[in-house]
Amino acid sequence: MAKKLYPDARSALKGLLHDNMLIAAGGFGLCGVPERLIDAIVESKVSGLTVASNNAGIDEEGLGKLLRTRQIRKMMSSYVGENKEFERQYLAGELEVEFCPQGTLAERMRAGGAGIPGFYTKTGVGTQVAEGKDVKIFDGEEYVMERGIFADLAIIKAWKSDDSGNIVFRKTARNFNLPAATCGKVCIVEVEEIVPVGSFDPDCIHLPGVYVQRMILGAPYDKKIEFRTVREKESV
Amino acid sequence: MAWDRNQMAARAANELQDGYYVNLGIGIPTLVANNIPSGIEVTLQSENGMLGIGPFPLEGEEDADLINAGKQTISELPMSAYFDSAASFAMIRGGHIDLTVLGAMEVAQNGDIANWMIPGKMIKGMGGAMDLVAGVKKIIVVMDHCAKDGSPKFIPSCTLPLTGKNVVDLIITDLCVFHRSNHESSFKLIELAQGVSADDVKAKTTADYVVEL
Repeated sequence: MAKKLYPDARSALKGLLHDNMLIAAGGFGLCGVPERLIDAIVESKVSGLTVASNNAGIDEEGLGKLLRTRQIRKMMSSYVGENKEFERQYLAGELEVEFCPQGTLAERMRAGGAGIPGFYTKTGVGTQVAEGKDVKIFDGEEYVMERGIFADLAIIKAWKSDDSGNIVFRKTARNFNLPAATCGKVCIVEVEEIVPVGSFDPDCIHLPGVYVQRMILGAPYDKKIEFRTVREKESV
Repeated sequence: MAWDRNQMAARAANELQDGYYVNLGIGIPTLVANNIPSGIEVTLQSENGMLGIGPFPLEGEEDADLINAGKQTISELPMSAYFDSAASFAMIRGGHIDLTVLGAMEVAQNGDIANWMIPGKMIKGMGGAMDLVAGVKKIIVVMDHCAKDGSPKFIPSCTLPLTGKNVVDLIITDLCVFHRSNHESSFKLIELAQGVSADDVKAKTTADYVVEL
């Protein structure tokens, strides 16, 4: 089997980056963000990117780094509230944004990965999101047509992979990483640990290796928490 | 005397039924989790990919891979389940979630809701709100009766970009509760906060509604 493992993010991205390409990225807030790959894309200086990602990172983290260097021309996102630089560029007209409801964005990635170019959903009917889109009535209810996303490249973060590229995610870090992985012509995954084939129970693999073309070991990670909330130990 | 944030959340919690799967929005709706009536078990869904949200973790047990939709650290329960974002919104859009509690900037008398954008000002995005109001079986709005400048928020028709059209079932404000039994009927004023009169509500509301106290 062709080896999927690359020594680092830069070599894994070799030959895949070009200006004005569409990249799908996993992550929710700062949880499950492919940070090694983002750092290497910053270094590559590729520009004019369109990035489909639920969020746009915060000022110094995640996709916020690619916004700071002005390598992103357009974002397709559902929520960008935590990013001041994003807001500044958007209000100044330097950045194009396609706001997409979160579930519609996830489904657009899933659909793209499943070879479905469009689908109808009731999310967004009668709102700005439906403007200019085909609206059709099924069983007396209105639905709006949304397009599948077919990305040039998918970049995702996972917990573990085996040598063949089978993937396991951890807790809520799965989020958009799974649908994003499936919608890229090529998917690169960065993981915390690589284990020999046979280590996973085949019944418990989240993303089969068919979706993964290249992978890197990104560890060690210093995982960031956006809002640290704790409770007091209950007194006995 | 109007209801405070916690009392509004407690009133919303009264709508919960045993066995419900529930999605709570950010802000006052989050407080609903602290007010679940005893004897009732509900499962909280977090749209970033979890069923069975546990309480905030003990100090030192925070896990960056375990957060809610508000990006706060949380904990898991014995019955928790994780899934990806597409699966998460499949259960929301597909009508498998029983109830959601959301905040709003405006609600119209026909059940329209606006809570995601102020043109030229607030450009955070809609997150999962449009999917939730389109797919969840019962939509509860918890909001202050009036905006900070004193203008009513329950109004004849929304002036801000909509989140959903004709979707709201119940409105809980600091002054009162409006309810409608289906999406064709008008909202009814069914309950007042202690010390609030129907006339107080009338003076601060521009939407049409029926009084049925």
